[in-house]
Amino acid sequence: MILYVIRRLLLAIPIAIGVTIVCFSLIHLAPGDPLSTVLPDNATPEVVEEIRAAYGFDKPLPVQYLVWLGNVVSGDFGLSIQSRRPVLGDIVPAVQNTMILAFAAVLIGFPFGTILGAIAGYSQGSLTDKVVTAISITGVSVPHYWLGMVLVVIFAVNMGALPAMGMGPGGQSDFALNWAHLRHLLLPAITLSVIPAGIIARSVRATIADVRKKDFVSTLRAKGLSPAWVFLHVAKNAAPVVLAVCGLQFAQLLGGSILVETVFSWPGTGFLMNSAIFTRDLPVLQGTILVLSLFFVVINLLVDVLQTVFDPRIRRG
Amino acid sequence: MTKFVFDRSARHGIGRAVALTRRTLMAGVATFAIAASLPLSSAWAQDEKVLRVGMTVADVPLTTGQANQGGEGTRFIGLTLYDALINWDLSKSEEPSVLRPGLATEWSVDDDTQTVWTFKLREGVTFHDGSDFTADAVIWNLEKLLNKESPQYDASQAAQASQWFGAIASYEKIDDMTVAITTKEPDATFPYQIAGIMYSSPAQWEKLGGDWGKFAVEPSGTGPFMLDRLVPRERAELVKNPNYWDPARVPASDRLILMCMPDASTRVAALLSGQVDFIEAPSPDAVPRLKSSGMQIVTNVYPHIWPYQLSYQPDSPFLDLKVRKAANLAIDREGLSQFLGGLAVPAKGQVTEGHPWFGNPTFEITYDPEQALSLMQEAGYGPDNPLHVKLLISTSGSGQMQPLPMNEFISENLTAVGFDVEFEVFEWEALRARRRAGAMAPENEGADGLNNSWAFWDPNIGILQAAASDMTPPAGFNWGGYSNPEIDVLAKQAKVAFDPAEQNKLLGEIHSKMVDDAMWIWVVHDLNPRALGPNVKGFVQAQNWYQDLTPVYVDN
Repeated sequence: MILYVIRRLLLAIPIAIGVTIVCFSLIHLAPGDPLSTVLPDNATPEVVEEIRAAYGFDKPLPVQYLVWLGNVVSGDFGLSIQSRRPVLGDIVPAVQNTMILAFAAVLIGFPFGTILGAIAGYSQGSLTDKVVTAISITGVSVPHYWLGMVLVVIFAVNMGALPAMGMGPGGQSDFALNWAHLRHLLLPAITLSVIPAGIIARSVRATIADVRKKDFVSTLRAKGLSPAWVFLHVAKNAAPVVLAVCGLQFAQLLGGSILVETVFSWPGTGFLMNSAIFTRDLPVLQGTILVLSLFFVVINLLVDVLQTVFDPRIRRG
Repeated sequence: MTKFVFDRSARHGIGRAVALTRRTLMAGVATFAIAASLPLSSAWAQDEKVLRVGMTVADVPLTTGQANQGGEGTRFIGLTLYDALINWDLSKSEEPSVLRPGLATEWSVDDDTQTVWTFKLREGVTFHDGSDFTADAVIWNLEKLLNKESPQYDASQAAQASQWFGAIASYEKIDDMTVAITTKEPDATFPYQIAGIMYSSPAQWEKLGGDWGKFAVEPSGTGPFMLDRLVPRERAELVKNPNYWDPARVPASDRLILMCMPDASTRVAALLSGQVDFIEAPSPDAVPRLKSSGMQIVTNVYPHIWPYQLSYQPDSPFLDLKVRKAANLAIDREGLSQFLGGLAVPAKGQVTEGHPWFGNPTFEITYDPEQALSLMQEAGYGPDNPLHVKLLISTSGSGQMQPLPMNEFISENLTAVGFDVEFEVFEWEALRARRRAGAMAPENEGADGLNNSWAFWDPNIGILQAAASDMTPPAGFNWGGYSNPEIDVLAKQAKVAFDPAEQNKLLGEIHSKMVDDAMWIWVVHDLNPRALGPNVKGFVQAQNWYQDLTPVYVDN
């Protein structure tokens, strides 16, 4: 088991380096100059060159990349072009805020999706199944920024029941477990949970339907096991697949949603990336993408390890 | 409450379930309603007058002195925390803003050289940390921007201020309350430039160990507000400076909370749901809803123009005056303004009619498709033989209003008189990069025009550097390479017209020639809408990119 984990961890290193190279290249391929938002409109060429050198953009791209990578390895993500604040100081609170939102969306979306999927899987072909399938397809298809705006219009603007934006009273981001803060969490969390709920419902439905057709289930029934016991066996056999889907969805949620966080002014990684993209703040963008990609790698690893716990065949394979 | 309901109805299975569900639901709704009615601003002292503003920026502008993020950064952070030697007078809405004394009480230029400016500093001004504002502080701040060898040199502030300090050759302290600044050449527009340079406290910077990063969190200026709390990318909380040197501008609000809300619909929803009191730039389609909810929509003209800057490169069809005039006459500006919910006024030139620099142009820019058609025919084109033009436009951007639908609207107008319009669409920063490069740059080959909104708050940006032939990028903003020898002569005279009335007259003459030459295609001036809650009082929308928030308060 430990060897398996170590091997997977080692495999994650080239993936992370690959991600940094792709991310760095894509950002530099995009049209527009990273300093264009910093420089005034009538900066003379001399001023431009001075500022370029002061920000380290005067060196060739591969050199810039290696310098950046070297700093990152030693924990220095550099300074934001816009604010000149350390990038890590912006990323850490943003990741925390996104995690709060992601956990809330998981609490809402995962049980909802699993229950819906299980019901549909057990009633395949019936009206219930069709209704559940329709709900989950809607969940997967609905653009969530649109849903977010609709929820804001209904619950914040028309009913005045929930706040339209921010993480806490007066737009504060010091999160606390009380109603004054939780009410800020409700709308974005519900909005964010809809897609994973739909995806999970569809996966659970398909997997349960598949497992139920297996011979061992017929055998269990023939032996006279109660439906509840049969369900437990079905659930255990469906678990690895569902877990993998949940893991991917969780990683996706942790990645933050640019659109949902922007609609709700939720100061997470999505909001951070949105502002970094529009202001061409390369160090912030690179740092955030790197941290998020590492999240993906780690969560995939965790899911893989958990899967082996449920299904030892994977480890042996 | 829920438990009590449960006990009383726990007699019959189905009845119990129904009662439980309905009553629990009602109880839930009641709890929800009570919770929802809790005041949102409970975090601050009840007797504090708080004003909450939704800005369009995604991060709090730089707080060290020279704010970044354009006009909005200066509006909310620059002019609240800091002052310049010369300030803008933002107290009037009915006429274009003018300059007035700030940290300097008077200034004059040496008659002989016309390059040495002497500034008499205001007595008794202190920074927020209590230290005195003196000539030493002025010199220290100029060193912060201009002298890379000085310990306080700050590249990010220098980058922001470089559009204002380009004319400065040297500076010296005359006495404790007098400084002299020498310009590289005679420049009568220098006061407009000096109005952009803000003064940070040297004592506070020393106290914080000479660290601008720490200074950003605990800044100290001389402005009417002081920073209380800064949460990057989220908000800045400013409190009243009760010792502000101008008693007329001591803030009416005790606390000003500036929140970052880049999404327009988020700002509107936040205002409608009572989370903020004042928002920047609601989208035009949200205005009827805001009005019907009792919100105040304030608008005013300000030095903004939405134009197509035209190319004068050898292959440009706009080299022909008839074509330029036809394009200007083809656009239904009234219709476009209506389409924008009335939040724009038709343009008659670069500056608004009635502006001191408007002058007396003879070419009247109006909607006259017949004349446009005949001009196009004279030039050899028509709907059957259309003239192909390529225009560079953006999907969004500061001052760009609603670029995509507006361009579609105008494209139909132009097609009707014999143009065949091709748009090349850019993301905002990419379009700005194309503008900085100039029409003569290889990447702009084949581009006949560029739709980049423009400002005219200062004569350099608005008129002189846009129209003089020696002001092609990077020296100035003459994107297309327009050249008119008469304008070049007048521009040189305006640069050394130290009497403001004389300068305005010369600028008016230049503007008249720009319009008569149909230098650009001028479309509309934005009305810069802002939405305020029903109880917000005291806001005067100046005809300026900057605004004064000191008189604004929420009347509870």
